[in-house]
Amino acid sequence: MQLQEIVNTGNFGLAPWIVFLPLIGMLANLLFGRSLGEKASGWIASLASGAAFVVALLLAFSLGANPEGTTVTLGEWIRAGTLNVGWDFRIDTLSVTMMLVVAGVGTLIHIYAIGYMHEDVRHNGDPRRFPRFFVYLNLFIAAMMVLVSADNFLMMFVGWEGVGLCSYLLIGFWFEKGEHGIGNVKAAKKAFVTNRIGDFGLLIAMFIIFWNFGSLQFDAVFEKVPEVAVASPGVLLAITLFMLLGVAGKSAQLPLFVWLPDAMAGPTPVSALIHAATMVTAGVYLVARSHALYVAAPSAQAVVAWVGGLTALFAATIAVGQSDIKKVLAYSTISQLGFMVAAVGMGAFVAGMFHLVTHAFFKALLFLSAGSVIQGMEHGENAAHHAAYRQAAKNKKSADRGAQAFEAGHAGEEQHFDPQDMRNMGGLRSRMKYTYWFYLVGALALAGVFPLAGFFSKDEILVEALHLQPGVFWLLLAAALLTAFYVGRQVWMVFFGTPRSDAAARARENPPVMTVPLGVLAGLAVLGGALNLPGVHSLGKWLEHTIENIPPSEFSFPLAGAALLVALAGLGLAWSVYGREPLPKGFVDPLRRRLGGVFTALEHKWWVDELYDRLVIRPYKRLSAILSDSLDLGFINPLFDGLAAGTASLASFLRRIQNGFVRSYALAVLLGAVAIMAYLLFR
Amino acid sequence: MVPLSYYLVLSVIMFTLGVIGVLVRRNALVIFMCLELMFNAANLAFIAFALFYQNLNGQVFVFFVMTVAAAEVAVGLALMVAIFRTKGNIDVDQVSTLKG
Repeated sequence: MQLQEIVNTGNFGLAPWIVFLPLIGMLANLLFGRSLGEKASGWIASLASGAAFVVALLLAFSLGANPEGTTVTLGEWIRAGTLNVGWDFRIDTLSVTMMLVVAGVGTLIHIYAIGYMHEDVRHNGDPRRFPRFFVYLNLFIAAMMVLVSADNFLMMFVGWEGVGLCSYLLIGFWFEKGEHGIGNVKAAKKAFVTNRIGDFGLLIAMFIIFWNFGSLQFDAVFEKVPEVAVASPGVLLAITLFMLLGVAGKSAQLPLFVWLPDAMAGPTPVSALIHAATMVTAGVYLVARSHALYVAAPSAQAVVAWVGGLTALFAATIAVGQSDIKKVLAYSTISQLGFMVAAVGMGAFVAGMFHLVTHAFFKALLFLSAGSVIQGMEHGENAAHHAAYRQAAKNKKSADRGAQAFEAGHAGEEQHFDPQDMRNMGGLRSRMKYTYWFYLVGALALAGVFPLAGFFSKDEILVEALHLQPGVFWLLLAAALLTAFYVGRQVWMVFFGTPRSDAAARARENPPVMTVPLGVLAGLAVLGGALNLPGVHSLGKWLEHTIENIPPSEFSFPLAGAALLVALAGLGLAWSVYGREPLPKGFVDPLRRRLGGVFTALEHKWWVDELYDRLVIRPYKRLSAILSDSLDLGFINPLFDGLAAGTASLASFLRRIQNGFVRSYALAVLLGAVAIMAYLLFR
Repeated sequence: MVPLSYYLVLSVIMFTLGVIGVLVRRNALVIFMCLELMFNAANLAFIAFALFYQNLNGQVFVFFVMTVAAAEVAVGLALMVAIFRTKGNIDVDQVSTLKG
């Protein structure tokens, strides 16, 4: 028995490897990636991530025996005055849950990416960039592990910035592509800058924490919360609200959500891993980790919950009006993150974490399936192009008219074809069977249809919301209806009806290296609900060791029925609009007829980007212009130009003294000596 | 006994001659000799003071000055040979390329 315990707790010592293993994979690819070849490069990265998953599993087993967890110290980092920050890995049920999700979903996405990037680097015309992708991906896993396993705010911030960096690098992976050749870098910059605004809030929160609590270590801070709450409640409010700014940045909440849709410029595995399953949930994790602070500041909790609820509904409305397959999923992610933030905001930490886990499964599944669809479409596009070319060549042989046909074929090629536009798709159900089924599973899970994972987790959030924040509950319920609607719209537009382009008609299924991870994720999306079944609450009991005093949510049949009904209603509505009859080629979205101007607003994302442009970017640029023209060019520039010119003219005067004649130097020495003597004599 | 002031006046005259020679002559060899003149003016003053104050330190200093002057002459003459080889004469005004 004792031996068993030693074996069990022995695993805790492995904790640092959760970071080191992906780093080793990264270094291997960084140093030898080019010479390894694609297969080896991709599998090394996948193995590194998979090994991290194994370590996470071992930690989880040890936690099963010792649920209180422990802290593993790797070394000292900063010791200055009372500030003492170390590289400490915190092993408790919350962090290990995150590790399992990150490494587990991450590994599947790594494997998928081997197949996806093989095509993508060729499609974009630079196969040598293949290993770089996996370097970034492994670096991301390592940074994310630092984030979730940190035992103090500062180490967490290291991971927080690290994942932000990887996000930036991966959004701009094809940095020379995109609109006007700068579209992708602009998207990357937008993500980076928006996240900096959030990070600024988190930094301020950390400063206030250190100032008032004298430490950045989690337990030390949380222990003193009741004391500080009595002494100065305003401090807690400030901390939690500044932290909320960080959460809004990283988890793409109102008002800082604008970067996430643009982040879809990155390759699709990146969208799945970073911008759906893991990094963007860091904000949710942060609130859950800092639950002691939030519970002590009820008004901040309400703010968080309302931000989450409003985001959920707002983003869901925008998702309805999008025609890019990835943009729909991006807004869906924002909306679902709103659900999670609302949940952890109102104090339903287990429900929020539960939805985080299930969402990681089904949203990664949806994104990867969307990537599969996109690549199928790209294949179809190539096939269509070749067919047109062959046709033209044949015609040319037979008649003079062939020249015209050849021209026509080329004209078609030059017209830009968007393989991500759902209006070009349709009827892919028969062309891509596996992808279709897996997508359907993900879509139904996202819509919240019984018995898939999304049903249980969303229902739990709704139950808690009804008790804790009734106002937010209605927002979330409306968002759930819209969720089912836009996901149904997407499924019908992409997979049903008839092909609306040659590319769609010639699309083909992708190889198993891509479809197998989809299958595994689909399985998880089906079974994920079992993690926290009503009445059993296995996840709740598991997290109880970390997040104390959380009453288990009660399952209510009427509400679950209502939620299911809402989901089915949304899907039905989508069918009646998009599925009743096949959409013709070049169709006008049926919603535009029914909603008119509202649909235009949805399509343009409520003009939020334009609003920010007017409200923030243009005034900022104008202020910069004023400062540069008047202050910089008018005052500072002449000042330093004058200094420089004065120095130069002084120098050109003084250089005459250095004339190269030894005797004049000797005279100068003499005069100097005489002057010093005179001074000494007559002072 | 000759008064101290006689020595000093002679020393001043020698030193002034040396200074003027360094400033006005262009032949490096002559400049060198003028430098030696200034050294010896200083030496004379040292010895005069040593005698006047009955203190050996001045005499010791003279030996140092003479040693250093010998070393300096060795270096200086070597320089002069080098200058002569490149320029063909030892006019110091010809050696004026290093200027601002």
